[in-house]
Amino acid sequence: MISKRSFKLGDWVFFNLTRLFALATLLLLAGIILALCIGAWPSIAKFGGAFLWSREWNPPKEDFGALVHIYGTLVTSLIALAIAVPVSFGIALFLTELSPLWLRRPLGIAIELLAGIPSIVYGMWGLLVFAPVLGNYVQPMLTASLGRLPLLGGLFQGAPIGIGILGAGIILSIMIIPFIASVMRDVFEVTPGVLKESAYAVGATTWEVVWRIVLPYTKVGVIGGIMLGLGRALGETMAVTFIIGNSDQLTSASLYAPGNSIASALANEFTEAVSPMHTAALVELGLILFLITFVVLVFSKLLLMKLSSQEGRST
Amino acid sequence: MTLDRPRQRKLINVFALTMSLLAVAFGLFWLFWILISVFKLGVGALSWTLFTRMTPPPGSEGGLLNAIVGSLIQVGLATLIGTPFGVLAGVYLAEYGRYGWLGRTTLFINDILLSAPSIVVGLFVYAVYVARVGHFSALAGVFALALIVIPVVIRTTENMLVLVPNSLREAVYALGTPKWKVITKVTLRASRAGIVTGVLLAVARISGETAPLLFTSLSNQFWTMDLDKPMATLPVTIFKFAMSPFADWQRMAWAAVFLITLGVLGLNILARILFRQKHGS
Repeated sequence: MISKRSFKLGDWVFFNLTRLFALATLLLLAGIILALCIGAWPSIAKFGGAFLWSREWNPPKEDFGALVHIYGTLVTSLIALAIAVPVSFGIALFLTELSPLWLRRPLGIAIELLAGIPSIVYGMWGLLVFAPVLGNYVQPMLTASLGRLPLLGGLFQGAPIGIGILGAGIILSIMIIPFIASVMRDVFEVTPGVLKESAYAVGATTWEVVWRIVLPYTKVGVIGGIMLGLGRALGETMAVTFIIGNSDQLTSASLYAPGNSIASALANEFTEAVSPMHTAALVELGLILFLITFVVLVFSKLLLMKLSSQEGRST
Repeated sequence: MTLDRPRQRKLINVFALTMSLLAVAFGLFWLFWILISVFKLGVGALSWTLFTRMTPPPGSEGGLLNAIVGSLIQVGLATLIGTPFGVLAGVYLAEYGRYGWLGRTTLFINDILLSAPSIVVGLFVYAVYVARVGHFSALAGVFALALIVIPVVIRTTENMLVLVPNSLREAVYALGTPKWKVITKVTLRASRAGIVTGVLLAVARISGETAPLLFTSLSNQFWTMDLDKPMATLPVTIFKFAMSPFADWQRMAWAAVFLITLGVLGLNILARILFRQKHGS
């Protein structure tokens, strides 16, 4: 027989043990923000808000501003979204509405394997295989076509060297397609069959069902998926580091120009930073990156939660 | 409305569906291009000396032995630390705190940590550990990798436990079993396959992680088993070698990329097969 006391003791110990670890996870987030704030403090105190909009990044003179890195991070991520969102939508549409049943699983796995490939592999492949192709064939083509446009033309001019902001954006888009596509597929699947069947019954085409029934119904979740992809793209390090060109100057608006992102500046400079102020400025970059991705990911999560509670109400 | 223009609607439909097909082709195109070039360049660079010799100084011959062993040690230890941590926290979220504030907040935060940039994790470990002790070490790398394992394991543990039907729990309670025994002997066992899948996916993820190791375990050209010293890993070695101007270093980096891709994709597929066997389709 188990005595009543050991019965209670076992439960108490196990409950508190698991709660301790759950609490530790929660504290981890606070710990990360706190540790980064402390590490970045010398830089925050010295440069203040100007850190965000100064384009100076000069380690020998100990003058630091994050504008070039923030610009590189945002622009590469936006290029990635511009490519990945329509492609992911197409993939999700195919997987939920068009594909024969036997093909859905293998195709879904193939797309998800893209997410399994480590980012260092994307990086090395991007630098040594993809960038030469981009520079020799794709960029001259883009310059000849899009480069002639009146306003946007400037984005596609300059020396076609492959390495640069455009190349990094394209590699990022490949990396985030699986994340966005799998969220889109999952949320498309929650659309009630009755809604879709009613639309088909009045003669709507497959495209009309997706565009006018499925998409409006799952809008919130789709945006959540896009935000998740954005969060991934913003913080991606190795692939971008290899291909963005790592230039701390921002001289032209061209997407062909080399640049730098927050994550790649950290990867390249952190272990080589000699002065404490350089280290502090880099930690502040990390803090900014963490806060941006945190906001984007919270937003994404809230949208996805909203969709699932909506689904709970309607069924 | 366009309903009175059937021809046009049909054309739009065909166009949209063609684009969707092209989108799938676009995704697969990259997958195959990457895999084929990694395979071609990687297999060409493979040789036995990779597994028997240490990473060389520039210009001389060598292998990847210390990097391979370093990766195995750090990934292994990080998994050993991260898994129990993640499983216990996941148990709390699913079995105790499913409706409380702590459980719900932690679950929410955990999903954020799951997608947080891994380089920031490296920065965090640098700030709280490396900067304190004053030198890079394999142990710091293990901590950083463990912090990446934890959210993955929490997520899958919680997911799998929630799937266990309540009738099963009630049946065991009815026998007079204390809750901790219900959890350890029944619900955790019922979701074992799913949790193992999650751990495998976590291992796959950290095997290729580079960014969090740059400021923690750094790299080491020589053989070491000392956890208090910098230790080489495959990903960091790839980073170092791929960016170098030496042709033989680049060849070794391709070989390392091939090994990592093979290992990571192998783990991914293994995890899926295992999960499917236990849980059906």
